[in-house]
Amino acid sequence: MNRLLSRPLRLPATPRRLTKAGIHLLATGYLVALFYWGATDNLGADPVKALLHSTGTWAINLLLISLSISPLAKWLPFPDLMRFRRLVGLYSFTYAMVHFFSFCAFELQFDWTLIASEIVERPYITVGFAALLILSLLAATSTTPIQRRMGPAWQRLHNWVYAAALLALLHYTWSLKTVWEEPVFYWLIAAGLLYLRRDKLLWVVRKKFKKNLAR
Amino acid sequence: MPKVFKPSVKLTDNDVTDERIYRERRQIVKAMGFVGASSLLAKSATADWFWEDDDKKAAARRPLSFQEPGKYSTSETRTPFAKVSSYNNFYEFGTDKSDPAENAGQLQTSPWTLRVDGLVENPLKLDADDLTERFPLEERIYRLRCVEAWSMVIPWVGFELAALLRAAKPLSSAKYVAFETLYDPKQMPGQASRFMGGGIDYPYVEGLRLDEAMHPLTLMAVGLYGKTLPPQNGAPIRLVVPWKYGFKSIKSLVRIRLTDKRPPTTWNRLAPQEYGFYANVNPDVAHPRWSQASERRITTGGLFTRNRIETEMFNGYSEVAPLYQGMNLTKWY
Ligand code: HEM
Repeated sequence: MNRLLSRPLRLPATPRRLTKAGIHLLATGYLVALFYWGATDNLGADPVKALLHSTGTWAINLLLISLSISPLAKWLPFPDLMRFRRLVGLYSFTYAMVHFFSFCAFELQFDWTLIASEIVERPYITVGFAALLILSLLAATSTTPIQRRMGPAWQRLHNWVYAAALLALLHYTWSLKTVWEEPVFYWLIAAGLLYLRRDKLLWVVRKKFKKNLAR
Repeated sequence: MPKVFKPSVKLTDNDVTDERIYRERRQIVKAMGFVGASSLLAKSATADWFWEDDDKKAAARRPLSFQEPGKYSTSETRTPFAKVSSYNNFYEFGTDKSDPAENAGQLQTSPWTLRVDGLVENPLKLDADDLTERFPLEERIYRLRCVEAWSMVIPWVGFELAALLRAAKPLSSAKYVAFETLYDPKQMPGQASRFMGGGIDYPYVEGLRLDEAMHPLTLMAVGLYGKTLPPQNGAPIRLVVPWKYGFKSIKSLVRIRLTDKRPPTTWNRLAPQEYGFYANVNPDVAHPRWSQASERRITTGGLFTRNRIETEMFNGYSEVAPLYQGMNLTKWY
């Protein structure tokens, strides 16, 4: 891959910590603000929709940002960027969980039979639920000790993040009444990110294919 | 009688955050929550950022004189004006529910012409003044149920469509009524750009059977909350059919045509398996994306308001049931 800079950028420990603190502050602060405005009826006409919308779009934004970190780190090059990837990924998961929680608590107001039947019967929700399950698995195995213990299996598991992103985008597109809306741009970005990793992805697919042939 | 909706807190309209604060908050949330890609494309919304002073002023509304609500009105808690006028599906002005309030303010509603023609003895042309003066106005407080499983209670001001149709004298061959929204891409950014308008073929068209159109509940609304309609709610004149999903209640009408064939309708054309011609509110027929068994009533109150209520057949307007006697409403959704 071509590089932009001749020498890698470095980020010393203190600014690194500050950046992390900033990410925490923004990501948590925005959630707190949303709930505060929502509870006080200051989130537009329908606070429930606004909350679902903000948490959903930010779950996707953060997911796509986390996927752009490693290509960016290589291309600049700026290896220290990689130190923020787990944090961003975990916040994507957090937003997705809050999104799901908002759906249960405020949209369907804890009508559990309705929640269950919606997950099973509405394809766009089934798909969102699948994405959330994948993200949960990834979040649960995200700590360094678990990563060490899992060895190469960890990478195989975490490759599922691409499936999660595609499922989440499908969910997004399906949740709207017509096709020609914002998700189109997200699909273009996702296609770009997948294209950057085409070698790796093709390699995974081919390996699977060969294994099946050999059997 | 439909079940009366009781919000957990009782507030009057004055207790509600005023509209300006709403819009400001909404701007902040929008700016932080990703500026919609469609608004990036739209010329009119390039300055959509939270420090933007709201330079697109809301349209001025004129007070109307009208009769007090009669027997067709509900006494349920009304949805505050700030919400009724800031949460709209009017794709001609963008697909986001806050887009119409932001982009429709400049819509020219005078001069205006509404034509009534087709299979009628006496074709009519109403100008802007006729709309509010030719027929006596009355207030009708109706429930409005959106296909997206939310609902509002709105005090419309208007007159019965039947009165207008009688003045035009339908021929005996007329069986259906076709409605058409203004087509003017210069004023309606959603008609000028596929992304702004959600890829719909404009103009927006709707239709009713003649007997549905003649039903006394079917209203031509020219105002809400005592004044003329804000553009985002379909100024200067719109249809309101309270027992059908909201998309039937077509906005900013320029033409009403009587025909002998069932007219095409916009959402049915776009996704026939999801939106039927009839689109009667029916809790037993689910949409692929929304169970229609219940709905969230939008009134005052934040996240913690318990506002989920059962959806009633015909949105609680059971007096229209005879119109559909013997019809299988699962098939004719
Ligand atoms: C069980 C899991 C999930 C449920 C029940 C769920 C539920 C919903 C619902 C009901 C909506 C529609 C809101 C509306 O009516 O406008 C929605 C929209 C959305 N969801 Fe989810 N979702 C789930 C998982 C996810 C995940 C994992 C993501 C992203 C990583 C996500 C991202 C989005 C986005 C971006 C939207 C569109 C927001 C908008 O434009 O309003 N969802 N979701």
